[in-house]
Amino acid sequence: MRRVLLWLPLVLFAALFGLVALGLFKPADRTVRSAMVDKPLPDFALPAMLPTKPGVARSSFGGGKPRLINIFASWCVPCIAEVPELAKLKAAGVPIDGVAINDTPEAIQAFLDRNGDPYQRIGNDKTSQLQIALGSSGVPETFLIDGRGRIVRQYVSNLQPDQVEDILKTWRGMR
Amino acid sequence: MRPLLRFLRHAGPVPASAGRQASRLKPLWYDLRRGRPRHKAGVTIVLGLLATLATPALAQQAPLADVQLSDPVKEAQAKALMETIRCVECQGQAIADSNADIAANMRSLIRQRIKAGESPAQVRAWLIQRYGDYISYDPPLGSATWPLWAAPVVLLVIGIAIARSSFRRKR
Amino acid sequence: MIAEGGLAALWLAAVMAVLQLVLASSAVIGGRDEMARAVRPVAIAQGLLTGLAMLCLILVFVQSDMSVLLVAENSHSLKPMMYKIAGAWGNHEGSMLLWVTILGLAGGAVAIFERRLDQRTLNATIGAQALIAMGFYAFLLFASNPFARLFPSPPDGNGLNPLLQDPGLAFHPPTLYVGYVGISVAFSFAVGALVTREVGPAFARAMRPWVLGAWIFLTIGITAGSYWAYYELGWGGWWFWDPVENASLMPWLAATALLHSVSVLATRDGLRAWTIMLAVVAFSMSMIGTFLVRSGILTSVHAFAVDPKRGAFLLALLAIYIGGALVLFAARIGTVRQGNTFALVSREGALVVNNLLLSVILGIVLIGTLYPLAAAGWGVQLSVGKPFFDKTAGPIALLLVVFMAMGPLLRWRRDEPQALLKRMTWPVAAAGAALIILVSFASDAGLMPLAALVLAAGLAVASVAALWGRNLRRTPLFTWGMVVAHLGIAVSLAGMASDSAFTKETLAVLRQGETRAVGPYLVTMTGIRPVVGPNWSAVAADLSIRRGEGAAPFILSPQSRFFASPPTTTSESAIATRLDGQLYTVLGQPDGKGGWQVRLWWKPFVTLIWLGGALIGLGGVLSFFGRIRRRKRAVYDEYEEAMA
Repeated sequence: MRRVLLWLPLVLFAALFGLVALGLFKPADRTVRSAMVDKPLPDFALPAMLPTKPGVARSSFGGGKPRLINIFASWCVPCIAEVPELAKLKAAGVPIDGVAINDTPEAIQAFLDRNGDPYQRIGNDKTSQLQIALGSSGVPETFLIDGRGRIVRQYVSNLQPDQVEDILKTWRGMR
Repeated sequence: MRPLLRFLRHAGPVPASAGRQASRLKPLWYDLRRGRPRHKAGVTIVLGLLATLATPALAQQAPLADVQLSDPVKEAQAKALMETIRCVECQGQAIADSNADIAANMRSLIRQRIKAGESPAQVRAWLIQRYGDYISYDPPLGSATWPLWAAPVVLLVIGIAIARSSFRRKR
Repeated sequence: MIAEGGLAALWLAAVMAVLQLVLASSAVIGGRDEMARAVRPVAIAQGLLTGLAMLCLILVFVQSDMSVLLVAENSHSLKPMMYKIAGAWGNHEGSMLLWVTILGLAGGAVAIFERRLDQRTLNATIGAQALIAMGFYAFLLFASNPFARLFPSPPDGNGLNPLLQDPGLAFHPPTLYVGYVGISVAFSFAVGALVTREVGPAFARAMRPWVLGAWIFLTIGITAGSYWAYYELGWGGWWFWDPVENASLMPWLAATALLHSVSVLATRDGLRAWTIMLAVVAFSMSMIGTFLVRSGILTSVHAFAVDPKRGAFLLALLAIYIGGALVLFAARIGTVRQGNTFALVSREGALVVNNLLLSVILGIVLIGTLYPLAAAGWGVQLSVGKPFFDKTAGPIALLLVVFMAMGPLLRWRRDEPQALLKRMTWPVAAAGAALIILVSFASDAGLMPLAALVLAAGLAVASVAALWGRNLRRTPLFTWGMVVAHLGIAVSLAGMASDSAFTKETLAVLRQGETRAVGPYLVTMTGIRPVVGPNWSAVAADLSIRRGEGAAPFILSPQSRFFASPPTTTSESAIATRLDGQLYTVLGQPDGKGGWQVRLWWKPFVTLIWLGGALIGLGGVLSFFGRIRRRKRAVYDEYEEAMA
């Protein structure tokens, strides 16, 4: 018994070492992902950000047609990089709803004028209520909602071309 | 001014050395931290302060982010909960200790819900539903965390077993 | 030139370390006694050479020599001199050089001052020290050269992060490093003793001052760091269970257990295996801490630059040293005769329980810190923080406090439970009185803080009770040390509990002339004004504060500071310290309508936390000098006897 006990610390250290080595050579994904993927979209209703577009509400989802929710802001630089990708999606017919975080109508209008407008609707989420309800941890993020109102996918940070392909494929498959 | 300051906070994707394609915003402090010594305060707080101080931002903030509830019991419950919820944008801070916007918005949300009558446990569970266990500094007992919670007991038992060998055996 | 001189000194020191190892090995294992004579001078030479290297680095910073890469990255010619010097170790390479310097100097000190340990074990110890030093020299010279040049040299440097431009930087890292290195010396002693199988009182007496010294510095370093974070961060917190903070707490816990264990070994020749194991564990913890801070595998605001290559190097060193020591332990300790065993109710028994509980707390902190990393490997993201540690380590710490109260009141070898209970009457009465007072006046305090305060009262009386019935002038200094250190724990615990239970917070938006209350104070905003400093500009709020309606007011001015290079904003809290607590004020954001957000806290007795920490350190210092005095007197008595 004593002999086992004597070698136990070495064994424990080896386990510790292995764990730490793993953490060093295979760094874990530090992104905080939403836990709402594959869950139904929560109930919400955001007022309109601009007079020219309607706000975003739960009621506009789940009618059989999949939609995208794009969380963005005028003060977010990667969002600017993302606009061409969103435009590609819009051109392919994917409806995109924008949710503006901590923003003002003037700034959003200026952003859209400068960079382009891929959105059908834009909701004003001044206090991150929807952002938190969706489990989003920053901007920009994109959520794909299927026809039944379930959150199917989350994309963190600005959309990359391969992610756009992924969205198009899934969206076409869902129709 | 504000767009510039927000730009300072999110300065681009993480380098590919992280092992995956650039997929997360790189806060400005990431570069500041390279080669920097241990420092005792989050640069995120500091940048958040920079962003928010330069312009009147209180008007934009969530209503109850930094306003206490009038019922002291509820405020104490809310405060206690806030100290155990992790800020999703910061480097290991509770939302009670952070100047980040989303932390302020979560504080407001917590106060609102507790004011409306929810219990702290319910609000924590709601947040965990959204963000997973990551967001709670109090890891919920579950299949992933039972070794963590069992560890103290196991350690105590092993320790006592070892310590017994130091005592004289009774004849 | 100076940089090259420093690098040359470093290389020479590395060569000395190799020589030291070779000489020590041939003396101990090969039995070549003539080699033994050279070991001491070589160790001293090594220490002096590393000291020279560190001096060169500091000089290069003082001169703001921008052709040295490290200076260009971390310094600026306009920095105040204190931060130029402190900036030498305020970065990865410089701090590693500081570590190696202290290691070398400590090795030299062992060679000079250790006279009573038998030659073989001493040589083995110096050899082990050389082995450790070699690994770090290799790391410095091949992976973290502090003297690397930069060509072409920039006109000026990047400057030091403003958050570090605080006296805390000059003080906090060096004290911690002295602590970590002192533990490595204890580790060398343990390895030396294992090699020669001389695990007994003589070895323990040789090791004790090193453990004590290291522990004192760790205590001071952690206390200072906690206070620095408290006044710097602006939210009133003083411990965050951040992985890097835990990385400094774990060696301290191990060192505390080791300190008590080595005393038992020195006086009673018991706990041999425990003492060796604790020395290995303490050093492992300090090495793991070094690794964690510099590898980037854990998320922390404290961490140095992320560099997996360096992390891998340190990990390899860790494996060699700790793995090697554990193999040596398992192979050798069986052949070391078991020391004395004790009765359950005795001072030794209490010390065994002390070891046990401290080790359990250490294990909990270690597991809690590394668990998120382990879970991430399985794809699960979770966080472990204050609530976990409060619920698990908290009760065990309180149990430890109970034994801490009983321990000094127990006799050595064997004691009677009834006699102990009799000696405990006053401490128990004090605890009872505290309980009654708290339950009557502060019943909403919460269970843990309440229990902590009650136990703190009991411990305070019990610590002082160890002095009763003694002739105080003839009580040895190290007994005073024990009393003061345990009292310090009680004081610190009371401060922590008080902060948890009685802090009052007020968040308000104040316009000119508006008043809000916090605790017993009334705070009125009297104005906002700009302030300019040497390398910063700020907005300061003048708050007029009075304790009650009719009292004389005083002014506190919290600031929001903007630095130019690098561009950062810091919040400077304004704190008023009184006998019964601190008033902590912070300036927030403007609301655009003339009002400014302020955060106000009244923290009763919070200063006890760090006062207690200082007392603990003081107790250690008293013990340290008490032992030296005793040793001198013993040597003197031996000499007298020999001369008679």
